[in-house]
Amino acid sequence: MRYLIPVLILAGLVVLFAAGLKNDPREVPSPLIGKPAPAFNLKLLGEEGSYSNADLKGRPVLVNFFASWCEGCQVEHPVLLKLAKESNVEIIGMDYKDEPADATQWLARHGSPYRKVILDHEGTAGLDWGVYGVPETFVLNAEGVIVYKQIGPMTEAAWREKIAPLMAGAAK
Amino acid sequence: MRTLFLLLALLPSIAGATMAADVAGMDTSQEARYRTLIHELRCLVCQNQNIADSDAPLANDLRHQVRRQILAGESNQEIMDYLTQRYGDFVLYNPPFKMITLLLWLGPAVLVLLALVMAYLFTRRTRKPSTATALDEEKLRKLLDENK
Repeated sequence: MRYLIPVLILAGLVVLFAAGLKNDPREVPSPLIGKPAPAFNLKLLGEEGSYSNADLKGRPVLVNFFASWCEGCQVEHPVLLKLAKESNVEIIGMDYKDEPADATQWLARHGSPYRKVILDHEGTAGLDWGVYGVPETFVLNAEGVIVYKQIGPMTEAAWREKIAPLMAGAAK
Repeated sequence: MRTLFLLLALLPSIAGATMAADVAGMDTSQEARYRTLIHELRCLVCQNQNIADSDAPLANDLRHQVRRQILAGESNQEIMDYLTQRYGDFVLYNPPFKMITLLLWLGPAVLVLLALVMAYLFTRRTRKPSTATALDEEKLRKLLDENK
């Protein structure tokens, strides 16, 4: 009994720390989950006209914040291309704090998975969406509500295990 | 080596210069609020720095945002609310007391209490032998008396 209490406390701490090790401190949970996509109205890349948050409604979409200067974006790019091509996912690109000419060149070189590319030149949409490091990808349902946020590069595992089921549920 | 020293010597003045540009157009109370706020807000990229100390582009953007809102006449609370709506409580170095932060706020106090209770229990246990010897002395005296 005398030694049982410290051992129990140690066991409790071990469980707590083991759980803590699995969490990535770089992934800050977004307070925007379950809320409508923040408002914006910005110009498009490579075409006339603008795009607003209202245009995101009506079907599930992925909103991917990227930039030509972002290294993680090159890592996830093949995955996004595959999703757009093979799974026919609608991905809207948000060109975050980037020069339109650089983005055009980058997309020409790597290929574009995006239906539309929105120019967030000043990063104002990024601020409203709580973006703190590109790439970040938001999953929106048909009502334009954010249901999930992928922080860091999109991976096939994240798509398969988390995002695909959400998109399928959101389409109903 | 000498250039390195020169650069190091220049560092405080560079930091001072950026600070002066940041608070341009503010009155003294606004400037004081600006300095307090940027020391209380966390940079989400380099997580253990506040946005005053961080050089990350995001910290720079957040400082500009704070500056804009102060100049627009918004209160400290309005500015903090604006940022927590977007980035969550994590952006605050002094997070509010609620269900999700319960462990964070009460955890240390609970651990200290637990330690005190344990310390009490352990010290009480070690005192027992002294009462036992007192009893023995009594018995001893009785035995001695009987043998008189």
